[in-house]
Amino acid sequence: MTPSSRISATDINKWVWLLFVLPAVVFVLLMIIFPIAYTVHLSLHEWSGSATRPPTPVQFGNYENLLTRDPRFGEAVLRTFQFTGIAVAVELGLGLGIALLINGPFLGHGIVRALVLLPMVATPVAIAMAWLLMFQPTIGLFNGILKTLGLPPQMWIGSQDQALGSLILVDVWQWTPMMVLILLAGLTTLPSEPFEAARVDGASAWQRFFYMTLPLLFPTMIAAVLLRSIDALKTFDIIYTMTRGGPGFATETINIYGYVLAFEYFRLGNASSLLVVFFAIVLGISLFFVQIRKRWGATYE
Amino acid sequence: MSGVKSQPIQASLGQAEKHAAQRNRSALMISLGILRYVLVIVVVVVLVFPFAWMLLSSFKNQIDITTSRNLLSFTPTLNNYRNVFEQQNYLLFLFNSLLVASASTFFSLVLGLPAAYAIAHNKRMTWFGVVLLTARIIPGITFLIPWYIIFGQLKLLGSYWALILSHMLVGLPFIAWVMIPFFESLPRELDESALIDGASRFGAFFRIALPLAVPGIITAAIMAFIFSWNNFMFSLVLAGDETKTLPIAIFNFLSYSSVDWGGLMAAAVVITLPVLIVTLFVQRYIVAGLVAGAVKG
Repeated sequence: MTPSSRISATDINKWVWLLFVLPAVVFVLLMIIFPIAYTVHLSLHEWSGSATRPPTPVQFGNYENLLTRDPRFGEAVLRTFQFTGIAVAVELGLGLGIALLINGPFLGHGIVRALVLLPMVATPVAIAMAWLLMFQPTIGLFNGILKTLGLPPQMWIGSQDQALGSLILVDVWQWTPMMVLILLAGLTTLPSEPFEAARVDGASAWQRFFYMTLPLLFPTMIAAVLLRSIDALKTFDIIYTMTRGGPGFATETINIYGYVLAFEYFRLGNASSLLVVFFAIVLGISLFFVQIRKRWGATYE
Repeated sequence: MSGVKSQPIQASLGQAEKHAAQRNRSALMISLGILRYVLVIVVVVVLVFPFAWMLLSSFKNQIDITTSRNLLSFTPTLNNYRNVFEQQNYLLFLFNSLLVASASTFFSLVLGLPAAYAIAHNKRMTWFGVVLLTARIIPGITFLIPWYIIFGQLKLLGSYWALILSHMLVGLPFIAWVMIPFFESLPRELDESALIDGASRFGAFFRIALPLAVPGIITAAIMAFIFSWNNFMFSLVLAGDETKTLPIAIFNFLSYSSVDWGGLMAAAVVITLPVLIVTLFVQRYIVAGLVAGAVKG
């Protein structure tokens, strides 16, 4: 026992630690817990936000509406999962490839690693503007390229069929770098001895990749997929600035629909019930991934 | 497998054939090396291209953007930038962005650093860390309706304070997220010996831990600043005409004049180029900050 541990065990010190922590925690709770409780409360009411007409209670009417009578919501949920699932899967595949490609030394690898950061730190609105110009059907770069290749021009985000795919393309460009960074960090923590031993024993590069790198990297991949999925589910900036959920409702995700309900239609009760459901979905997916990570992460540690 | 098979074969090889095999092998290595570079270049081009296109188009006049298919044959003009700053109220929006980002980063540090320090040093504080990190998981839009109503009732809607407080909800958890492992990695003995010498916990924090943590603090602050600078959704709902930040101004610019592509690109460059340049300068630290917590096995 050192003198210091006796000091830090005293009651005074406990209170000191609380002084350090409480301002931040109280702030976050005020900004999160209270608003969430308020959202739940509002979700049981009907309100247009007007000061003269207070919210009228409707019990679970909003939820009933949302889940049974509002096809737009069901489609938005499906679309959100489509967007997230495809984007994150592509990002994981590309990210793994790029991470392996730029792992280890080569001439200029510092510059490459720096450039990888740019899409994910750049201002989303600015990114959206650049992609809008490239997607533009008559003067855009992509149709210019298609034309030179002798292919028919496409509508990209202007078409109901291609809009979601085009936005996924932007998301992949923007967020594959995140996958690369996390997987690179995971790769550098792998022990080198087993790989040397396997090489000496005559394991081919493919064998080493499938039977060693992949399983050892699995926990990192789960973590990366978790982080990316949570963020992709919540994607707002790119979608709202590029399509506002259109054309029609072709790119309207849960997030966008919630925003539209609340701040364009001012149906605050409906919007609140949607947000409560969305909150539950995100929380459920997070817990699901945490469970997977606990189970599978431990196996390979 | 292949190792076992090749041994008897190799034994029967003559000296010349051995050399030939070696030559083949090194030829393979060289072509693999070239292939790697080709792939790396492809990746880099794809990553950088939208930025390059944005920058290039911002120097083109409307005719060059709409007609010329040729990438580089145009007379560069600064008119787009002049228009952005003269016709729009961009200096005000630039000021708003700087003010909101600086203030929200500053207050996030004031609240976040002591909290991260305590959570790193005291096991019983761990679950406070969990509270701080939930803000990263919950969809931001879940708070927006109550904030809109509450800030409205407090007559804060459209004020700088509404923006600063909402941006802090992004900055503060991020700062805690980066700084908890950073404080954990500092040698504990320095702190403890300061306490033995009679310093209070506050003294140890301000005079020992904070100075040692400066590199981590700078990274966390830069990232929090960039997150606030980039923020779109919170500002879209909470900002007023006089307090709107650059991302909202550019978004409105798009709605008013969807034809002026050169102006749009100039506006996009103005907002995102500073972020890119700063990132390139401090990239090593940023990577550590972004990846912190994700890789723990």
